[in-house]
Amino acid sequence: MTSAVVRELSAELRGFREVQSLAYECAEAVAARLEPGVTEREAARMQREWLRERGVRDWFHLPFAWFGDRTAFAGFRIPLQFFPTNRKLEAGMPFILDMAPVYKGYTADIGYSGSLGPNPVQDKLLADLEAHRELIVREVRERRSLREIYEDVDRLMVRQGYANRHRAYPFGVIAHKVDRVKERRLTPTLFGFGTQSLKGLASDAIHGHRDGWSPLWSPYKFSDHPPKPGLWAVEPHLGFRGTGAKFEEILVVTDSKDPEQSAFWLDDDLPHVRRWAEGI
Amino acid sequence: MAGLKGLAGARERWVSTGGIELCVAELGDPSRPTVLLVHGYPDSKEVWSEVAERLADQFHVVLYDVRGHGRSTAPTPLRGGFTLEKLTDDFLAVADAVSPDRPVHLVGHDWGSVQSWEFATVKRTEGRIASFTSMSGPSLDHFGHWIKKRMARPTPRRVGQLLGQGAKSWYVYMLHTPVLPELAWRGPLGKRWPKILERVEKVPAGDYPTPSLPSDAAHGAWLYRDNVRSRLSRPRADAYAHVPVQLVLPLGDIFLSEHLYDELELWAPQLVRRTLPAKHWVPRTRPDQLAAWITEFVLANEEREAGLPVQRTAATGKHADRFGGQLVLVTGAGSGIGRATAFAFAEAGARVVAVDRDAESAARTAEMAQLIGAPQAWAETVDVSDEQAMEKLAEKVAAEYGVVDVLVNNAGIGLSGSFFDTSAEDWKKVLDVNLWGVIHGCRLFGKQMAERGQGGHIVNTASAAAFQPSKALPAYSTSKAAVLMLSECLRAELAGQGIGVSAICPGLVNTNITATARFAGVDAEEEKRRQKKSTRLYGLRNYPPEKVADAILTAVVRNQAVVPVTPEARGAHLMSRFTPRALRAIARMEPPL
Repeated sequence: MTSAVVRELSAELRGFREVQSLAYECAEAVAARLEPGVTEREAARMQREWLRERGVRDWFHLPFAWFGDRTAFAGFRIPLQFFPTNRKLEAGMPFILDMAPVYKGYTADIGYSGSLGPNPVQDKLLADLEAHRELIVREVRERRSLREIYEDVDRLMVRQGYANRHRAYPFGVIAHKVDRVKERRLTPTLFGFGTQSLKGLASDAIHGHRDGWSPLWSPYKFSDHPPKPGLWAVEPHLGFRGTGAKFEEILVVTDSKDPEQSAFWLDDDLPHVRRWAEGI
Repeated sequence: MAGLKGLAGARERWVSTGGIELCVAELGDPSRPTVLLVHGYPDSKEVWSEVAERLADQFHVVLYDVRGHGRSTAPTPLRGGFTLEKLTDDFLAVADAVSPDRPVHLVGHDWGSVQSWEFATVKRTEGRIASFTSMSGPSLDHFGHWIKKRMARPTPRRVGQLLGQGAKSWYVYMLHTPVLPELAWRGPLGKRWPKILERVEKVPAGDYPTPSLPSDAAHGAWLYRDNVRSRLSRPRADAYAHVPVQLVLPLGDIFLSEHLYDELELWAPQLVRRTLPAKHWVPRTRPDQLAAWITEFVLANEEREAGLPVQRTAATGKHADRFGGQLVLVTGAGSGIGRATAFAFAEAGARVVAVDRDAESAARTAEMAQLIGAPQAWAETVDVSDEQAMEKLAEKVAAEYGVVDVLVNNAGIGLSGSFFDTSAEDWKKVLDVNLWGVIHGCRLFGKQMAERGQGGHIVNTASAAAFQPSKALPAYSTSKAAVLMLSECLRAELAGQGIGVSAICPGLVNTNITATARFAGVDAEEEKRRQKKSTRLYGLRNYPPEKVADAILTAVVRNQAVVPVTPEARGAHLMSRFTPRALRAIARMEPPL
């Protein structure tokens, strides 16, 4: 993508931005409805229903909800543990809502962290995520290898005293590519992931494998390449002794020569960014 | 005034109740909350002198000699004069005299605690007690139910608990024999008692016990004779505490089993548990710790009473009963195992001093420690290999924060490379930090602990390399083996003073020791590459430092000598004992770097 292409694509970017802000709107709406006793399953269903009512028919992945120490993926060994459980929300508990709706063929993947009532530990984690957001976009602009950036994020987390919890995601990814998805009448899911999106990811993986890149941004050798132009859903996830916090949003990477244009966050009007701006 | 030496400056008054004159001593500002200390058997109020002195700055401290003890008069006849009902009368009389308008905070030790349980569970004292701290003295009613429950359904475990406590109660049976106990106390036992306390209970010598001991002990035998049989056979069914209770449980008590309190939550719903590695006479042997816990508990209850938001919520982490309020110093606390250890202690409610040569990361550790439960946390920037800096640190810590209860000598650096590639400079550096850092820590802070004479614990981070030889780590392994042996020797030396020493041997743990390790005999670029490679390998192993921190807390609680942590460290430890030749073969292998 050249910068000319960026302008040309801005209509497309608008599509992505629209679904991303819709998803964050959903997260805020559902978060406002959470109360003591609500289970993860109920919270996930609230997200699903809220988005379905607004026209979402397909998913990159179905909505997740994690409460309490599950926000830090405490004791997670197998991917099935990501799915919502019957854990009940209690006062002061941290929670994370994570959803990836497909709307009009555009995909978003977002993560929203909050707590039921004050939780100073999670507030601290959220505040410290700001440095990660800056670090990631800066190093992508420098065209550092994705694996190196991953390690730098890791080092920053360790310096802050946190554990890297995105390591628990499949392939330990801090980000993955998202793309447009064909709208179909039937939208089956497989282990919580939309089959259309999985298809896109798989085809990217196959093409990428041939050309030496991967749609998964991981700590492994297959991510030892410069950032690939496209849309990346980036999700640094901090954990600190039973409390977790993350954000997830789309980073646009282009092949523009202008550093500012070569990588930028799709939207800066998001809850966590506003939070930092307000200095909380 | 012979008995009052230990309570210098106390105001004295007499309270009469039912024909008895009770000797009451008061310290501190009467407008402050009243803390009432009740002594046990065979004691007089002077048993509290050390604790009272420490509480007097903040509270109105009141002590009294129980009837028949110290300078209070004894009932006539003695038989029937020591029932819990009469002791409750005494308590109410004293409370009304010293604090007529406000409820008092009760603290009882031994029989003082047995009595106080009665005060805290009977109707007529409601509104007169604000809180109760119990140590080494169960409620006879709870005890009665405890026995009944175990007799009614004697599972093997319950029988074991019954027999255990039955054996520990030998002196109770003795005290029920007529005349003989009195003769013994007024004769040879009374004379030898101070020496026995010193030798068996490690009670420091001094002006305790007081000269009134023989008559205290002779009169006090009636405490047992008047109450034990009747209460144990017919325990009250309604002995529920109507006040918040703090239970201080000395784990080394030779008279009382810790299982006596297993179901205490049923009787005292608002229970805060504290455990202490000490013997029976904690008011003499652990006054600092008791004063701290009493202060914290009293203030928390005062705040609650006043309707203020309670700021001192008890920490909820693992081992909070043991480490709550203790002062813990961790070196190398800016990263890795040190930081995780500081956090684990913080979660247990300890006050944390985070020491690191990197100021920023130490500050970060202290800041985060406060977020997760440390009532206070401080960062100190010190290089542990710098003797003068360590001396300064020790002075500062003692002056500003107090004597360290748990010291974790954790700071260490990595050094890899063959023996001939390792320069004298390299050797010096690794020994300076890994060995001398530990020596300085033990010497300075261990000395403070020993001088205080109230116990403590030292944890030294050794390594699995201390018993696993390797041709790639000659200097590092040497330094860590020295730390291991130093810990063992120090453990032997300090055992008699109630100070434990543990050596932790973690193994391969995912910390930044690999990223900062020095690789001798290679150029800078190759060193960088090896740092990166080893970091990745340790990352693949991914054993979290948090688990090592948990092992450290457990080692302190159980007073373990040598603790290998990761499975490979445990394996190597076993092999070093049973198949050392296999270990030597492993030592010859080239590490995959």
